[in-house]
Amino acid sequence: MTAITRAEVAHLATLARLDLTETELDHYAQQLDVILQSVARVSEIATADIPATSHPLPLENVFRDDVALPCLDRSEVLAAAPAHEDDRFKVPRILDEEH
Amino acid sequence: MSTAMPETIPYDEALNLFEPVFGLEVHVEMGTNSKMFCPCPTAFGGEPNTQVCPVCLGLPGSMPVVNRTAVESTIRIGLALNCTIAEWCRFARKNYFYPDMPKDYQISQYDEPLCSNGYLDVTVATAEGPKVVRVEIERVHMEEDTGKLTHTGGATGRIHGADYSLVDYNRAGIPLIEIVTKPVAGAGHLVADVAKAYVAELRDLMRALEVSDVRMEEGSLRCDVNLSLNKPGSPMGTRSETKNVNSLRSVERAVRSEVERQSALLTAGGRVVQETRHFHEDIGRSTSGRSKEQAEDYRYFPEPDLVPIAPSPAWIDELRATLPELPSAKRSRLEAKWGITPFELATVVNAGALDLVEETIAAGVESAAARKWWTGELLRTANDQGIELADLPVTPAQIARVEALVADGSLNDKLARQVFEGIIAGEGDVDEVIASRGLAVVSDDTSLLAAIDEALLAQPDVADKIRSGKVQAAGAIVGAVMKSTRGQADAAKVRALLLDRLGVTEA
Ligand SMILES: [Zn+2]
Repeated sequence: MTAITRAEVAHLATLARLDLTETELDHYAQQLDVILQSVARVSEIATADIPATSHPLPLENVFRDDVALPCLDRSEVLAAAPAHEDDRFKVPRILDEEH
Repeated sequence: MSTAMPETIPYDEALNLFEPVFGLEVHVEMGTNSKMFCPCPTAFGGEPNTQVCPVCLGLPGSMPVVNRTAVESTIRIGLALNCTIAEWCRFARKNYFYPDMPKDYQISQYDEPLCSNGYLDVTVATAEGPKVVRVEIERVHMEEDTGKLTHTGGATGRIHGADYSLVDYNRAGIPLIEIVTKPVAGAGHLVADVAKAYVAELRDLMRALEVSDVRMEEGSLRCDVNLSLNKPGSPMGTRSETKNVNSLRSVERAVRSEVERQSALLTAGGRVVQETRHFHEDIGRSTSGRSKEQAEDYRYFPEPDLVPIAPSPAWIDELRATLPELPSAKRSRLEAKWGITPFELATVVNAGALDLVEETIAAGVESAAARKWWTGELLRTANDQGIELADLPVTPAQIARVEALVADGSLNDKLARQVFEGIIAGEGDVDEVIASRGLAVVSDDTSLLAAIDEALLAQPDVADKIRSGKVQAAGAIVGAVMKSTRGQADAAKVRALLLDRLGVTEA
């Protein structure tokens, strides 16, 4: 029994706006299935007395200095968006008409 | 509404019937050089989408790194607010689907805020004199600001009815501090004043700490006002949350309007709906937004891309040592030093003139004169122009120069005002304005006497009255001389010269 179907991966790809080929879909569906089944096995072992891990590395206080650096070029940034207008990202209507 | 019930009950009347409880969530944009989790600059007013990078655009594979200065600023705010600083805490993902955050989540803090359990004492004016009210702080935490949406199409430019929206992500990721109070009860009729005084005190504190310039008109300090009413002795009522309260005046108005609205609703036997309301600066009241009967589920979880923050006691001590004199301590010190009452000082504070007055006094001006200029003439001009006093192009050194000229008789009060008018109009420094406008007290006796003779000739009946000993009639001639010299004479001197001219002595 698989943890994730090929159709579910295709749906996720659409939501994430990833344009996957048929070969890639097969490939990722297989990989994700292995990952999810591994996670499921860990969940079986984890019990209430084991604290949840939020980060794999035992690190604290990783900071950067407050220095501003150059940004991306706007034309490149907007070129990656599905739609833009007036130098801004264009997104579909957020709320329906007031009821 | 079909019933004849009033929609509001006047504020004081409402507070005779109900006890208010308020809480404030204040967001302050920090004045760091770079964003919270990426090195994009934070300057206000840049061209849209020119201050963005893979991190703040939420591009796949990008990783956030925490800005050390933002953490230090938060700890300093926490210390100034008498908070406990967490020994260990994490960031959390707040998941929500809205295009102002391209990641579809905001990095915030949830159940592990960096600072918690503090307080801020605020002073409000009452008929019985100043009263200190302690506002308890629940938490101070770090998060990132969101992008700016412009709703396009539709009639109103508002979100409802818009055809689509445009997004500028320059603001997305700017470090934001959220300061949340515990519920404040017992303020009674002072509730609106206490809420406003609290925000004013926070603003002054942020400025003193130099963590934010707090330009409210640019949205760098934003408040959400929670308010509920209950009958005396009853448990706390259902609260509404008013968002977009972005000026000190609006904090007061948002509280007042909710008191007036909720009291009418409750008195008419209705119930207050737990909802988000939106405050409109232009009309000074709020309208109903979305209902919050169902608690939102943001599916918070610890941010896996960031490691915990564990401030060492040594680091906290180091930061504590950088705290400046806090605004309340500064006020007490200045009241004593300038010999003024808390009320007089409050006038200076409310005008946003504390530093300016202090600098003006340091430049050699008397306390009374320094306060008079900044909280009088100059404040009126700033208000007329809709700007902060500190943004007027007048400096403490210029006030010192003008006052010196008034002291040696070269200028009088009226001319001094014209000097400031000139400076504000961009005509140059004090002496340049005086030269270009020809402002100087006419002090040479010959030209004053000529003007007096002219006035006496024009009003012979008044001249006769004065000659016959009716000294009080001299005012008409002095007035005429002041007018003909365009206010550039010293009225007392004109009067003395006039009486001398007519051989009359002051009764
Ligand atoms: Zn960035």
